[in-house]
Amino acid sequence: MREDGVYAAMVRRGMTRRTFLRFSAAMAAALSLPAAYGPRIAKALEAAPRVPVIWIRGQACGGNTEALLRAANPTAANLLLEVLSLDYHEELLAVAGADAASPLAGLASRYPNGYYAVLEGSFPTGAAGAYCLIGGRPAVDVAREVATGALLTLAVGSCAVDGGAPAAPGGITEAGGIGKVLTGGNFIALPGCPANPSNLAAVIVHQLVAKETMPTDLAHRPLAFYGNLIHNQCERRPHFEFGEFALEWGDQGAQRGWCLYKLGCKGPETMANCPDVRYGEKISWNVSSGVGCIGCHSPSFWGAMGPAYRRLPSPLPFLPNLTTDLVGGAMVAGIGGVAVAHGVGMTIRFKRYKAQDRRAKAKAAAEAASATETPPTAEPEAAAGTETAAAGTGER
Amino acid sequence: MVRTVIDPVTRAGSGLRVELDVAGGAISEAWVSGTMFRGLEATLKGRDARDAWLLADRICGTCSGVHALASVRAVEASLGVTIPANARLIRNLLGGTLMVRDHVLGFYQTEGPNWVDLKAAAGADANATAQLAKLQSDRAGSTPEAFKAVRDRLAVVTADGAPGAMGRGWWGHPAYRLSPEQNLLLAAHHFEALDWQRNLMRIHALMGGKDPHPQTYLVGGMAVAAPWGGPKGQTGRDHPKVPDRNAPDALSTEGLLLVEGILAATRSFIDQVYLPDVRVLAKVYGDWAAIGAGIGAYLSGGEFPVDTGEGAARFLPAGRLQAGRLLSPQPVDAKAIGETTVHAWYANPNGDAALDGPATGGATPVWPANLSLPLTTLEGAAKYTWIKAPRYDGLPMETGALARVLVATADGRQEIAASLGALLTDLGLTMEHLPGVLGRTLARAVEADVVSHQAATWLADLRTNLAAGDLAIADVTWWDPSSWKAETDGYSLGEGPRGTVGHWVGIRDGLITSYQVVDGSTWNASPRDDSGGRGPIEAALVGVALADPARPLEALRVIHSFAPCGGCASHVFRPTESTR
Repeated sequence: MREDGVYAAMVRRGMTRRTFLRFSAAMAAALSLPAAYGPRIAKALEAAPRVPVIWIRGQACGGNTEALLRAANPTAANLLLEVLSLDYHEELLAVAGADAASPLAGLASRYPNGYYAVLEGSFPTGAAGAYCLIGGRPAVDVAREVATGALLTLAVGSCAVDGGAPAAPGGITEAGGIGKVLTGGNFIALPGCPANPSNLAAVIVHQLVAKETMPTDLAHRPLAFYGNLIHNQCERRPHFEFGEFALEWGDQGAQRGWCLYKLGCKGPETMANCPDVRYGEKISWNVSSGVGCIGCHSPSFWGAMGPAYRRLPSPLPFLPNLTTDLVGGAMVAGIGGVAVAHGVGMTIRFKRYKAQDRRAKAKAAAEAASATETPPTAEPEAAAGTETAAAGTGER
Repeated sequence: MVRTVIDPVTRAGSGLRVELDVAGGAISEAWVSGTMFRGLEATLKGRDARDAWLLADRICGTCSGVHALASVRAVEASLGVTIPANARLIRNLLGGTLMVRDHVLGFYQTEGPNWVDLKAAAGADANATAQLAKLQSDRAGSTPEAFKAVRDRLAVVTADGAPGAMGRGWWGHPAYRLSPEQNLLLAAHHFEALDWQRNLMRIHALMGGKDPHPQTYLVGGMAVAAPWGGPKGQTGRDHPKVPDRNAPDALSTEGLLLVEGILAATRSFIDQVYLPDVRVLAKVYGDWAAIGAGIGAYLSGGEFPVDTGEGAARFLPAGRLQAGRLLSPQPVDAKAIGETTVHAWYANPNGDAALDGPATGGATPVWPANLSLPLTTLEGAAKYTWIKAPRYDGLPMETGALARVLVATADGRQEIAASLGALLTDLGLTMEHLPGVLGRTLARAVEADVVSHQAATWLADLRTNLAAGDLAIADVTWWDPSSWKAETDGYSLGEGPRGTVGHWVGIRDGLITSYQVVDGSTWNASPRDDSGGRGPIEAALVGVALADPARPLEALRVIHSFAPCGGCASHVFRPTESTR
């Protein structure tokens, strides 16, 4: 056991050996490993050093920090407040001002053995980054510096992954996620609004134990958490298969806990482990509480997955009633095929959305450019500001 | 005169910067700047009015659900929908538990490090601390061993040069005045509060389906449905088995029992730990009652409706108090609210000095050419923040727990008056001592006390309704947008933990065409207006003495007493057509 290590810190936190082993077993479960891996994780954690964490918030609502504070057994708060050492986090630091921001200067010399970076919120490049400042500097620059030098960067929450709400259709700050910050390198994306804290804890423990990044999909999402459709894990799936649907909010179907597909649930097109990890110490998740999935773990979900209450269209346009026909009850065997087809539909829809988004942005840029030629007001500040915004658009 | 910059102001959401002029050991002038802007209202345009609340809630993940509620209410008002009693009770439960959670965590997590020297706590006597705790309450777990464990832990995390969130506090600052044992007592409870709030918020996960950002709000009521008594699906061999998640339905008997248990645990922490701790702090720092009063005018939008229907009375009443007349509440008229961008980074086609109503005003974000990045100082900048300046009848207003408690007291609300009276008597203070830094902390304690009691009543009412067979949870007779008027507008005014929240919405053909939010932190962290009148936090900072201007701890006490949230405050605007 290392005195400056993770296990020693947990013991100082008042954790007993028994709790520590239970924690390790829970971590094994969270990583989709057999229970036998629990003791191995415990052994690895005993020898693991504490790693400093720099948590940078851009245009954030704070929801992912809050999620972290809600996490239980294993508590992510323990992980970050004590097991790791959280050297920068605007919401949790005891100190303020330049004294708070001091770790951000001279990262390499301050952390010779490296550090982890966590990004929360989106990062705007509009108005030369002035839409979000940290200590007077554009947050996108701060995040880039921090992430570039990190052993590993975690983009936590949909805003940090792809821009989230500030980058939703109509957004005006040129906000983006980790793509604005890193062009390559070692990062893990944990989308979700908010990301589930137990997934965050599991990623960190995996890093400490296995000393390598978790296997991820092409979107850098850990396969252990984002490898399965919500629809396939949902407890209401049997009602879907038997054609039992809630048709109106609060109706008898809703009271019986029937499938929410026809009220707009995006579970058939969303890859995440919500039905399994849930929220509030596994007390519930949205479908258990009676409302459908909004697809918040999906790419650009505010644009690509909406409107929230519209039933997912048929995955195959030439068979508009494909799904409802299928779920009539008799054709249960076809359901697996529907899930696959929905996967295809999801990809098509996302690509279509991205193309629309690109066209809209190009149009906005053209309009902004023409606006610059004739400044809307005579006020010098306003005119200069428009130029800055247009320059930001032009870079893209 | 020396310019002191605090950026970031930590523990205040994202993007809050404060600049101070310090002369003769005191703050002579102050500027509060919001440095984070998202423009979420622009992304709301064109969305289905029924799901706009989902995105609106992303304004804040700390006061999670507050903006969801404000948004569904605004749309309900525009459609003229009345929600069922059960939905009202669940909304009150969610909003009430959030308020209690925010006040308690705000005391320990946000304000705590301003008053409690965690490093000095590491030198405390654990036995003496346990005796101190015994004087507070006979709570189990307040043992010398427990305090010794916390002390040893603090010694490690607050050691000189120690990494982590507590390693670089302004420990040893002359403004810290608690004894080592009092420091240790409050520090230990700080860590307990983190665990306590986690349990409390399970109510949100259960009834909201997700936490933060509950997902069961619905225009017309709530989506969480009362469980069906009989078999869930068609019986028979062919029906696939429904897996058991081993978690109760939110409105089942077991679910409500779970909520009841959590509320009881919440109460006992408030009675045995939080309220006694507030008294410990207030007795030592009694002089802070006279510091940081600010503008002395208060606004409350009212919260927790006691009945269904528009204009129903609220448990915490709406009202407004003019400076110097704290006993005569005035009614609140949403039409009197206007915002000016004269000192904010926006261009308003009606002129920056105009006080535009939220429903009609428009402004475009513009970063000024005379400010270069990185920003070193805002000195000399006429425009200095992303936060607009909301005004009521042209005057700044303080909002938040103190405003609500003062309005409720002036309104003659017994529950508030009784709790407040008991606390003030115990501390040897009077109503005149409330406007100020300490008063804001005391008001939060009173509110947490009263609302956590009231939550049990809301739960009991909900149970009674369900038991009597009233399972109505949402009115969806108007759900189809084709049944709506082609043009409709609405607004809502209510209260989140940190102040008055107003949402204004314009709907055309079922889609959002305009959206505007004025949040509690917009009011409190507002910049100056056209007449030069400071915002509430700015006004409260002026005159505050700083023992060590390089470590402006006293300024943090004033700022955090308002519980500001930089992110909530500064996103708000309504784009003009030119930005589309």
